[in-house]
Amino acid sequence: MSNSNPDTVPGSASHGSVKSYVIGLVLSIVLTVIPFAAVMTGALSITTTVLTIVIAAVLQVLVQLIMFMHLNTKSDEGWNFMSLVFAVTILVLVVGGSLWIMHHLHLNVMIN
Amino acid sequence: MSTHTETFNDAHTGEHEHHDAAGTKIFGFWVYLMSDLIIFGSLFATYAVLMEGTAGGPTAADIFELPFVLVETFLLLFSSFTYGIAVLEMNKNKVAQVKLWLGITFLLGAAFVGMEIYEFQHLIHEGFGPDRSAFLTAFFTLVGTHGLHVTFGLIWILVMLIQLSTKGLTEATRPRIMCLSLFWHFLDVVWICVFSFVYLMGVLV
Repeated sequence: MSNSNPDTVPGSASHGSVKSYVIGLVLSIVLTVIPFAAVMTGALSITTTVLTIVIAAVLQVLVQLIMFMHLNTKSDEGWNFMSLVFAVTILVLVVGGSLWIMHHLHLNVMIN
Repeated sequence: MSTHTETFNDAHTGEHEHHDAAGTKIFGFWVYLMSDLIIFGSLFATYAVLMEGTAGGPTAADIFELPFVLVETFLLLFSSFTYGIAVLEMNKNKVAQVKLWLGITFLLGAAFVGMEIYEFQHLIHEGFGPDRSAFLTAFFTLVGTHGLHVTFGLIWILVMLIQLSTKGLTEATRPRIMCLSLFWHFLDVVWICVFSFVYLMGVLV
């Protein structure tokens, strides 16, 4: 199995090269250090810092999924990707829904 | 998965069936990871809801030591990278190299778990155990569940090291290495979220 042209191995999760892993590693380090520095130095306003954390986290998750886990929309005829989309949909409902409901409960019953 | 089924029905060459069995196994494991994602999502939601419930105890900003957690993050990040190298070596059929990189991954992962146990033990010793407040219960549950996953990943790496020594790289062991690869990278993804939304946000808010 040759690594020089990973696209020739359909449906297999064994894609990737040293180069793609090194790029993934460097990007992950940068995306970890930026929000860490933002929080430690307190140089940015609270809102900007929160945005920095969220954007860096989302980007780093994408880097891991694409560079390390070799997720794409085509492998296994897209079923890998479709199951991720389904799981993320449920995730948004569960996490978003919980926060939304509990926030309003908090306001309405005046806990604390 | 339609063509997979067709391949099973139409083709009877051993190689095809092996390839398909491996592909199906890895896809099945991926579906398991997606269900695991829902577990972690629920724990994140629980943590977010209970975060304010400190019951007069310490807040996140009081107890989190970010430089310590940054080291943990880098350990897991580098272990994810070294596992990737192990998979590349597996594609080149170099079993000794696979074992070497799996061993390095194991050491990095073990160091991560060691640091986490130290952190937990330190917090409990200070009287900030999971019984102190709703916030700490949710924190220990979320981070502990992740740590437990990493621990099982470590056991799995050990098992694979033994199997590579006894069986070598075969049709049976290769898919296992690939599933463990997905599992290990997945745990890194979850940790990115823990680091960002629990530790960084916790100190900030």
